[in-house]
Amino acid sequence: MSLDLVANVVVSGVLTGLVYGLMALGLSVIFGVMRLVNFAHGEMMAIAMYAAVVLFAAFGLDPFLAMPAVAASFFALGYVLQRGLINPFIARPEHSQFMLLVAAAMILVNALLMIFGPDARNVQTDYQLESIAIGKLLIDKARLYAAGAALLAAAALFGFFRFTLTGKAIRACADNNLGARVVGLNLRHLYALTFGLGSACVAIAGCAMAVLVEVTPSLGPGYTLLAFVIVIVGGLGSMPGALLGGVLIGVSEALAGLWIAPSAKSMFSFGLLILVLILRPQGLMGKRP
Amino acid sequence: MTPLLDIRSVSKSFRGLKAVSNVSFPVPQGSIVGLIGPNGAGKTTLFNVIAGAFAPDSGQVVLEGRAIQALRPDQVCAAGIGRTFQIVKPFPGLTVLENVVVGALHRTGSVREAEEKSFQILETLQLAEKCNLPASTLTLPDRKRLEVARALATRPRLLLLDEVMAGLRPTECDQLVEVFRRLNGAGLTILLIEHVMRAVMKLAQDIVVLHHGEVVARGAPAQVVRDPAVLECYLGEETEV
Amino acid sequence: MSRARVLLSLLLLLLLVFPAFSGPYALSVATLILYFAYTGQAWNVMMGFAGQLSLGHSLFAGLGAYAAGALFFHFGIGPWAGVWLAMAICALAGVLIGFLAFRFGISGVYFALLTIAFAEFTRVGFDHIDWLGGPGGMFLKVAQRDQVDLLHFRGPPVMYYYAMLLLAAGALAVCSWLLRSKTGYYWQAIRENEEAAQALGINTFRYKLAAVAISSAMTAISGVFFAFYYNNLFPEQIFNISRSIEIILGPVIGGVGTLFGPVLGAALLTLLAEGITELMQALGWEIPGAKQVFYGFTLLVVVMFLPNGIWPYVAKKLRL
Repeated sequence: MSLDLVANVVVSGVLTGLVYGLMALGLSVIFGVMRLVNFAHGEMMAIAMYAAVVLFAAFGLDPFLAMPAVAASFFALGYVLQRGLINPFIARPEHSQFMLLVAAAMILVNALLMIFGPDARNVQTDYQLESIAIGKLLIDKARLYAAGAALLAAAALFGFFRFTLTGKAIRACADNNLGARVVGLNLRHLYALTFGLGSACVAIAGCAMAVLVEVTPSLGPGYTLLAFVIVIVGGLGSMPGALLGGVLIGVSEALAGLWIAPSAKSMFSFGLLILVLILRPQGLMGKRP
Repeated sequence: MTPLLDIRSVSKSFRGLKAVSNVSFPVPQGSIVGLIGPNGAGKTTLFNVIAGAFAPDSGQVVLEGRAIQALRPDQVCAAGIGRTFQIVKPFPGLTVLENVVVGALHRTGSVREAEEKSFQILETLQLAEKCNLPASTLTLPDRKRLEVARALATRPRLLLLDEVMAGLRPTECDQLVEVFRRLNGAGLTILLIEHVMRAVMKLAQDIVVLHHGEVVARGAPAQVVRDPAVLECYLGEETEV
Repeated sequence: MSRARVLLSLLLLLLLVFPAFSGPYALSVATLILYFAYTGQAWNVMMGFAGQLSLGHSLFAGLGAYAAGALFFHFGIGPWAGVWLAMAICALAGVLIGFLAFRFGISGVYFALLTIAFAEFTRVGFDHIDWLGGPGGMFLKVAQRDQVDLLHFRGPPVMYYYAMLLLAAGALAVCSWLLRSKTGYYWQAIRENEEAAQALGINTFRYKLAAVAISSAMTAISGVFFAFYYNNLFPEQIFNISRSIEIILGPVIGGVGTLFGPVLGAALLTLLAEGITELMQALGWEIPGAKQVFYGFTLLVVVMFLPNGIWPYVAKKLRL
């Protein structure tokens, strides 16, 4: 196994991992602020991917160009969904929350199946076949663009939470729920905003992913689990942690696929999750729960 | 005579803050000892150490000559110490009777026997009429009494009461004082944290005053309440104007 | 209470004579209902009684199925011996997971995720164990299905029906007894408030572990049944998270922590699913996924409007 091959695989893993990281970032924000177990997260990702596919098929719109529109609509839908449907469940026991989102996921996955059928769809652009050579490394252009978009979106999100008043308000809710209410923050609105933002992250990640893989309805559940693994490994409540976790998982899956067997790569992720839950539940960069 | 419970130089810090600092005092067999002091003085932390919720950083908690500071809460209960919580913790989904039965089952494997014993205890605490109501429907004073009943059901030698009088009307307070007097007369040793001085003065034979985690005074009630050090920790120092 | 007893006895009687006047399709549906009623009850022990949310119960069903299946496939040993191995393996797995979780303070959502991780890890892992058939699956020999061969648990569908009825009824009886015992009280205390439970002398670690062990051992039995009823096992299918979700649907819809909730939930859901399938076939809608969408909506509605499940509501109406 040449070092070049390994290096290429690692780079590929890092880039894909950044897209995973953005998806997980959306979950981290939702879970971190509202303690909501969004079991429909992966399904939302699948919907975003289909949105990109459809826009491409109908208008020839490149997924990267479609991102703003898809993100905006996901934000709006997410806001409405949270405010309208999910909000009463925040206070309910975990298994109740979980069942609500499982039901939602079930509906979403199968709606996709009904509309699009089980066959794989994809987006075909020119740059998917091109790569950039840097020294001995051969980097796929599509993967590079996808990672770039993910980083930009993540940076925008960091900026929002760091520098805007609303962002700080949301962080306050996450840190101290009761305190936030006492101070007069409109929790319902902020929660809905958070869910909207998380959905927008998923939207962008989904558009980016659509140029990297084929899209089928069954991708949903797998992404949900992946998002949870990343969030926990990276650390709950830590945004850099989500990205770092994404990269870690991306690289380890790529390497596992290279060294062990492609079909066994997810075993590594789950094994890692178990270890992290037992030994270091705050993950790599999170706060001690 | 060896005390039932002996606190020996117990200290406990949380992230650098000394909650309990070198506290020592005995709780004689069959007595009622009151633990008072301003908020944040370390009283509940001391209770938590005694009850096994935390281990002390140093010092010993000795029950009848046996060091128990390293025991788990359930082991401490088995050793004969029962406790109530400052913020009550009922089992909301269970009825009042069932709540107490859980406690009573510590001493018997038979649910029927536990139910009988529990009902008797509820009667002494005047909660018997509410025995089939869900615990979640009780008012706060009733919840406090339920908590006492539940702890009593484990038939402890020593009962730790954490601010059980808070929120009770004077008549309710007096009723509860009577209950504790009777239980004490029957052999139960009691260590109570209390802010309601009415109850402390009526019940306690010995008072320990805690301030900033340290014992600042100890003695009979009449002396302690006149002790200038005690007055200072509640009222603050006199300053030159 | 006697009103409930009367109704229960009537139900039992009805179920006993059911095969006499039902067709083969109805019989298979009824068997499926009883299967989910039983497995849901097993899960309920861990969640409804001891308050630990497991979303990876497919692990135990799968391990149980493969344990008994492998014994039969490779050594010809029948399910009556196989079931003991299955229960032992699953109880051990359960205790391992429980020990790790409780020792390291993993609870709530994190515990649920831990159970999912173990199930998924096993799912992918079993795909690589060729001795157990790998991804291609393990197929158990199906002998003639007309005569009842109890030793190898083969026979006509009606035999499976009665076997499942026995299991479901047995589980109900055992759980009912457990709930009223000291262990049951202690479990509920732990579920309601673990700290208070400890202060009353309950070794919560031990009792939680017991709940997990019992729940997983019970689930093992349903795995064994599955193996000998369907006669084929695929890791992808039996360890799949969808199985875990199916298992908990009944109790959650029916009422977590109640005795009859899992039974009612399983009945309603299975009937609904079959009903929708029939409806769609009648309407000529052969769209894949449509049934699941209806299913999902039903689940959504129940979760939103009857959060404690259907059974407590029904029980109140029937004044049981």
